[in-house]
Amino acid sequence: MTNTTPATAEHKRPNYILIWLYLFVLTVIEVSAAFLSHIPKNWLILILLFFAVWKALLVALFFMHLKFERWRLRIIFMVPLPLAAILVTAAIMEKVW
Amino acid sequence: MTHATHTVDVMRPPFPAEPGAGVYSNKLGMWVFLASDVMFFTALIGSYIVLRFGVTEPWAKPGAVLNVPLTAVNTFLLICSSVSMVKAYAAIADGKKYFLRAVPGKLLRDGGLKFWMLVTMLCGAAFVGVQVVEYIKLIGHGFTPAGFREGSLLAEHAAADPVKYGAAAAGMYGSTFFTMTGFHGFHVTCGVISMTYLYFTKVLPEKYSPQDYRGIEVIGLYWHFVDLVWIILFTIVYLI
Repeated sequence: MTNTTPATAEHKRPNYILIWLYLFVLTVIEVSAAFLSHIPKNWLILILLFFAVWKALLVALFFMHLKFERWRLRIIFMVPLPLAAILVTAAIMEKVW
Repeated sequence: MTHATHTVDVMRPPFPAEPGAGVYSNKLGMWVFLASDVMFFTALIGSYIVLRFGVTEPWAKPGAVLNVPLTAVNTFLLICSSVSMVKAYAAIADGKKYFLRAVPGKLLRDGGLKFWMLVTMLCGAAFVGVQVVEYIKLIGHGFTPAGFREGSLLAEHAAADPVKYGAAAAGMYGSTFFTMTGFHGFHVTCGVISMTYLYFTKVLPEKYSPQDYRGIEVIGLYWHFVDLVWIILFTIVYLI
């Protein structure tokens, strides 16, 4: 698929099939870990969230091409993330207190 | 050709950029919309976390109520649709407007924009179809947005094993599950409708070219975002 990529390209097009394979393998590991393992619940939650974030990053960086975008555009997508973290943390803290 | 000073970046489409963010306005608009959608889904997921970890009663165990293997296959279907979408993007960037074309010396035919867009639409429609079937089965078994329906099979199971089925928190479980997956399903449906519109009005009449394929890039961003959100939702709702 990347055969037609010009030799003078600044960025090479990523191998999308390889990313797809990563996503498939990570999904299989995730489902297996959730059902077949005997990991303590709290550790399991952390591991599953780690895999979910890893997969989401693969999609954002390589399929949405954030890896190849200018910083100005990346910031537009990244700005809501700390706000989202504050929102969730504030809601949890209110519940805890 | 290697001595050329003008370089072509295949990862940055050749469209005139607006001042400021340095991208064309359609793409900037989609990114701003996606940023707002991040906040929308954060509100849903945040509410879910607060409700789930705030209740003292046990929550239903993963797989007790929901069909995880079916949804895992559905997740894989959505991931496949994301790959086909990005292949459609790469195809039109390379000028491949066709459906399938034979390649000398190769067994498989080379897919063009028309092929990969059709695959994406079909995978997206299949995802929505499976989700509808899942909803029908769940409601049929007695799992509704209000909890377990009285007299249903699921209510009987929950009465026999209230910890496994999270009987005491079933109402909250049902409302959060249907709200989060329902809004995501609505996003997927909107994406499939938009792609179908583009397919018949722009892709089939070959209105896209390597010089202008903004529509494909913008709908692609939306589609990948929908995939990204599902990856998070699948883990939080089905596996934890």
